[in-house]
Amino acid sequence: MIKGTAIIKNVLKSTGNTTIFGYPGGAIMPFYDEIHEDAEIENILVRHEQSAGHAADGFARASGNLGVCVTTSGPGATNLITALANAYYDSSPVLAFSGQVPTKLIGNDAFQEADMVGSTVALTKQNYQVKHVDDLGRVFKEAIYIATTGRPGPVFIDLPKDVQNGECTLPDPIPDQVEIIGYNPKVFSTGAKLQVKRALDLIMDARYPLVLAGGGVALSHSNKELEEFINLLRIPVVYTMMGKGVLSDDHPYVLGMLGMHGRKRANFAVSEADVILALGTRFSDRITGDLSQFPGYPDAKVIHVDIDTAEIGKNVPADIPIVADLKLAMEEFLRQLKKRLKNPDKNTINSWWYRYIKELKESSGIPDVKIPGKTGRIVPEKVMFELNKVIQPDDIIVTEVGQNQMYAAHYLNLRKPRTWISSGGLGTMGFGFPAAIGAKVAKPGVEIWLCAGDGSFQMNLPELATVKQHDLKINIVVLNNQYLGMVRQWQELFFEKRYACTNLACKDGLYFPDFVKLAEAYGLEGMRVDKPGDVHDALKQSMASDESFLIEIVAEPESNVLPMLSPGGALNSFYSRRRKKRSIYEWYAKLPRNEFEAKDYKVEIVEDDDVNVYFEKEEQ
Amino acid sequence: MSTSKRKSSDTRVPIALLVYDHPGVMMKVTGLFARRGFNIASISVGHSEREGFSRITIVAEGDEATIEQIIKQLNKLVDVVKVQHLHPDRSTMREFALVKVDVKDNQARQEIMTLVEIYRGKVIDVTTKTMTVEVSGSEQKVDSFIDLLSEFVHIKEIVRSGLVALLRGEESITLD
Ligand SMILES: Cc1ncc(C[n+]2csc(CCOP(=O)(O)OP(=O)(O)O)c2C)c(N)n1
Ligand SMILES: [Mg+2]
Repeated sequence: MIKGTAIIKNVLKSTGNTTIFGYPGGAIMPFYDEIHEDAEIENILVRHEQSAGHAADGFARASGNLGVCVTTSGPGATNLITALANAYYDSSPVLAFSGQVPTKLIGNDAFQEADMVGSTVALTKQNYQVKHVDDLGRVFKEAIYIATTGRPGPVFIDLPKDVQNGECTLPDPIPDQVEIIGYNPKVFSTGAKLQVKRALDLIMDARYPLVLAGGGVALSHSNKELEEFINLLRIPVVYTMMGKGVLSDDHPYVLGMLGMHGRKRANFAVSEADVILALGTRFSDRITGDLSQFPGYPDAKVIHVDIDTAEIGKNVPADIPIVADLKLAMEEFLRQLKKRLKNPDKNTINSWWYRYIKELKESSGIPDVKIPGKTGRIVPEKVMFELNKVIQPDDIIVTEVGQNQMYAAHYLNLRKPRTWISSGGLGTMGFGFPAAIGAKVAKPGVEIWLCAGDGSFQMNLPELATVKQHDLKINIVVLNNQYLGMVRQWQELFFEKRYACTNLACKDGLYFPDFVKLAEAYGLEGMRVDKPGDVHDALKQSMASDESFLIEIVAEPESNVLPMLSPGGALNSFYSRRRKKRSIYEWYAKLPRNEFEAKDYKVEIVEDDDVNVYFEKEEQ
Repeated sequence: MSTSKRKSSDTRVPIALLVYDHPGVMMKVTGLFARRGFNIASISVGHSEREGFSRITIVAEGDEATIEQIIKQLNKLVDVVKVQHLHPDRSTMREFALVKVDVKDNQARQEIMTLVEIYRGKVIDVTTKTMTVEVSGSEQKVDSFIDLLSEFVHIKEIVRSGLVALLRGEESITLD
């Protein structure tokens, strides 16, 4: 006979999930007691259950493996919900389990009972309440299998206390294999081969074919295949925020992030492409803008590859839908492409990108803003510029949410998949710090950089205790602009500068809180930087520190992240610094479609001037 | 049942589901409709031919793209084993209804019985003041029976089972 909690522990060990993030309480005490003196299982004691969930999520994103988090029942469990939703929206494999009141009390509104199965239905890939100890082994194996296969996602398990304490009657409490009828995660639909052929016909015949890479490329580990594919075809790539890092920003064909705060050159490329190969993306409104005007070029064709059938055609109609695990699809693309390239009758590539790609790539570079902003404080672009100089290819960048996130997504040069961790679908302030903790636990050997806003960082600030206690080194860079900056930016643009509840400063105008003192209160070192010239050294000093180090950047309060698409508008319509909508074609000339047009063509019309932007008076 | 976003291009589409007989499965299915703003006209559920699995018939409402999304999203639920759109000309569909009416006099009683006979229904309970009848058939047949009945008697109560449907012929929605 084996106890319920021992079954859980054994499943965790046998599946290699020995690091967990959690916080105890009454209903989960049997489990915590079980692992108490077990040297193999490590629990990172966060300071809030939301952080346990985000840390598990960050762990999963950094490692590519399952992240595990644990809480008690009731308030502990409900504190997890935001984190589960966050993992769900970004397809992150997370296993969460919570204690629950004993089965005989369920439904009686017992102390710290919360209906977690009901509450997480729409926010998890699957959830369970285990009513009998004999089901524990199977449920845990199933949950791990579901979370990590197919389109990954969070799975929640509700664990009544008596089930944890129960004695299992089965001779074999943990099945080796699980089978779930109707759940087939290794997708490569029967027609997919033929669809790949048709897709290649389109791509090789197109003038401006373009790859749009989403987070699915990282999730499916198909970045190598993708890189080989674009190198063979010499076609450019734009990526979504979730796809940042899947190919190196140094790659000559990688044009950067598209969408609302994307690179102008990337949005230009999408607007001009005649064939778009979309890989592992769900065409969120943040990248498409107005769907009726997406992608832009008249009659552009869309090839959409995704593991999740429901994503295909949901937002953007696909001319060629391919339902497949991206890895399998990319292998098939490569196989067929290589065969064609060997065949002299079929190896013609009609793309003209090669003529313009270098010029495009060199446009809209990253500025080194040496002078302070209007109020004498540091402009965020400068911090990104300096970060680019110090971050190493394996370093992991984690962001909070808001302007800090968009500056980082727009400007930072990353080189590898899984070095970018940011809350995409849900946009959860407070995600970054605990996710950075998860990333550090997953990758103890690399530097973790947290790019945070003052608002977001205060959401899960007590995790400073966690990094101190568990000796986890994170480079914390807080862009303290004393505002909920992103919301303030929208207020400036759309609410006539009526800054309703977005000012975080003290009444007397003091920059606060004193983040350096906060770090010190937790036994960590910090440094306040208020001159652009000091940013570099501060980053270096942080890097050299053995412990977590906090850099508070005294940032320009009212700087704006540009470029910015007009919300709900087309991908080619930007806000200029004069608050007026401008067409992308004021910066870039429409691509030539025939030799005559191509004769004197130049890509860029004007240089980018969107740095340190204070909106000026509206143009008449 | 739910009433959001109804459009003229909407059609009613019966969908058959084979699902694991787990607690909470109905919540997952109906929760999906609620969350994504899909409309359900009717839903019925019961045991299937196989132990451990239930069979659900949903009549969904929506335009073509919505129906396609509904089917894809249902397919994604781990507890849902099979989903199939049932084309009306390739399937047999029935609904069952119980109707309780007030009966004033013998003439009314006679008229009800005639109507029940025409519709091949049954009188299943009689008191001095009421009659309860059952009728089954296509949704339209049940509708028209109730419409006619309401022309000359007062209907106290109606219970409808929701549509149940099977593919015609040898085709079926089973596990193997
Ligand atoms: C939990 C949560 N609450 C509210 C929001 C709405 N929101 C989006 S960005 C933002 C401002 C973030 O401020 P800060 O962290 O200081 O970053 P900044 O934009 O100033 O860089 C807010 C409030 C959110 N995304 N998440
Ligand atoms: Mg801020």
